[in-house]
Amino acid sequence: MDEAIIDLKNVCFRWKNSGSMLLDIPEFRMKQHEHVFLQGPSGCGKSTLLALVGGILILESGSLKVLGQEISDLSRSGRDVFRVDHIGFIFQLFNLLPYLSIEENVMLPLRFSSIRAKRAGRTKLDRLNEARRLLKALGLKEQQEEKSPVIELSVGQQQRVAAARALIGSPELIIADEPTSALDTNLRNSFLELLFGECKKSGSTLLFVSHDSTLSDNFNMQASMDELNNIIN
Amino acid sequence: MLNILVRSLWNRRGTAVLTIFSISISVTLLLGVEKIRKGVRASFSSAVSGTDIIVGARGGQLQLLLYSIFRIGNAPNNLSWESYYEFRNNRRVGWTIPFSLGDSHRGYRVLGTNQDYFKYFRYGRKKKLEFSKGEQFSEVFDAVIGSEVAKNLNYQINEEIIVAHGTGKKSFLQHDDRPFKVAGILRPTGTPVDQTVHVSLEGITAMHVDWESGAPPMEGENLSLEEVIKLDLQPGEITSFLIGLKSKIHAFKIQREINSYKEEPLSAILPGVALQELWNILRTAETGLRVITWFVLFAGLLGMITALLSGLNERRREMAILRSVGAGPGTISFLLIFESTVLTVTGIIFGLLILYITLFVSQPILEAYFGLFISVDSLSYKDLILLVGIVFAGMLMGLIPAIKAYRQSLADGMTVRL
Repeated sequence: MDEAIIDLKNVCFRWKNSGSMLLDIPEFRMKQHEHVFLQGPSGCGKSTLLALVGGILILESGSLKVLGQEISDLSRSGRDVFRVDHIGFIFQLFNLLPYLSIEENVMLPLRFSSIRAKRAGRTKLDRLNEARRLLKALGLKEQQEEKSPVIELSVGQQQRVAAARALIGSPELIIADEPTSALDTNLRNSFLELLFGECKKSGSTLLFVSHDSTLSDNFNMQASMDELNNIIN
Repeated sequence: MLNILVRSLWNRRGTAVLTIFSISISVTLLLGVEKIRKGVRASFSSAVSGTDIIVGARGGQLQLLLYSIFRIGNAPNNLSWESYYEFRNNRRVGWTIPFSLGDSHRGYRVLGTNQDYFKYFRYGRKKKLEFSKGEQFSEVFDAVIGSEVAKNLNYQINEEIIVAHGTGKKSFLQHDDRPFKVAGILRPTGTPVDQTVHVSLEGITAMHVDWESGAPPMEGENLSLEEVIKLDLQPGEITSFLIGLKSKIHAFKIQREINSYKEEPLSAILPGVALQELWNILRTAETGLRVITWFVLFAGLLGMITALLSGLNERRREMAILRSVGAGPGTISFLLIFESTVLTVTGIIFGLLILYITLFVSQPILEAYFGLFISVDSLSYKDLILLVGIVFAGMLMGLIPAIKAYRQSLADGMTVRL
């Protein structure tokens, strides 16, 4: 079980219309079940790197494999499907669609990915129960799981719902982009614990991106954009 | 996907409802104007629905139609009783109605005619004139008034009315020595009949019996009422007459015959043809009206793009979330086009609803008060094409925000920080 989840070699990227190179990463590898903490100040190209991994941006040269699949070999719609099939995302803030219920938000990726839908449960009820299980495991109380509007949730609760959405259907890779920066220290630690626990349970690999290096102790692997990227702003 | 779209729209229902409303109003106006246009035309035609030919002194056909049927303007000349008599007895003529115009009562035209008027005159969908009170004239000084005359002047049966010489509203010459008595009041017809005071041809002659060259007799020289009634009151001239043919096939033949009548210069017109000339004149006004309604529709669609475009910025987050769970930029732009289509179609449905409810409610009112009969029928083929065109226009309008959303979602990816 030494398969590389993410495998970057000589990745270069720049925006189409600007001349200067934004990313130049000679090598970066992530193995299965690793929890990697990627640290770097804002504006250093973290988000760009994530967009590349997610297949939203396409690298200029080099090789970027996710789960052994060369991303640039896929068609545009192929990348969209690949993204939802294998990657769960958690963002810093505003992760939820305000007009869907909590459970519907959690089950959103299942609408786009039949692979994850199958993994989450055979019937609709099974999938709903899986969503409820995840919400419960992430510490959301029973009455909040009901069809109440998501806007009434606190920021901490919203992030847990977002985590449940990333985890549902057990994607191979979870990418968390500054998910805790809007939370206070207490909430942050409990959120991380729950996230680690669920990643372990579903066998997902976690790539956690943050500017806050104090979090790095919680992870078994650390990386820094400064070391990865040859381009320094 | 549809579920997401509907929920997303519901989340922005305030603007969505306004957009739908503005499109509905445009659709209602667009189709309503067309219906009213047809209704106006139909009500014009209904004033002459049973008549095949109108005959008057030589003149323009539109003029003849206007003064004899719509009581607008005056006749250039009269025609002789002999000519009328000649054509009345033509073997192809089924019936005739003589008209003698030129006097008025408090702004309403006085029409001299005979009993054939009540027997043969048809309006609307070939309807006969009916009395709401009283009956047709039998005495020389009897009058039958239209419903509007009765209502506006508050006249009852047996009320005495004075006819003024000429057609001006304020006439100095009154036939006040020979008052008429209201014998009957007609039911509303929605045609110029409602605004007419009908008297017998003999009554018209009797009013003018001792007048000379349009001036009243000198004081003391006028005949008494008893003397007048004893006279032969057969008129020497009338203004025009309507003809109903036994068979419409001969309409052109009779028309030609009258137009080339040797004894007197006459004009015979076919009401349908004369009305066509009227429509040609009114076309500019109708086009103007239609252009305005097109602009209203355009404004409605423009409002929709504005709403979609301005909503796009606040929806960047929504788009980014959808992107992160696997929606492609194509799906995102499809959502917007679909949304504009849903808004347009809903707008059209509500527009039709408003139109038909309004028509249904206002139809009897319009018919009773304005004589305007607007038929509540199903949409014509032309209307349907128009509506399909509007749907396409709506889709096209959705394309602009869709392209913008496509670009935005490519550039934003999944990480919008607002």
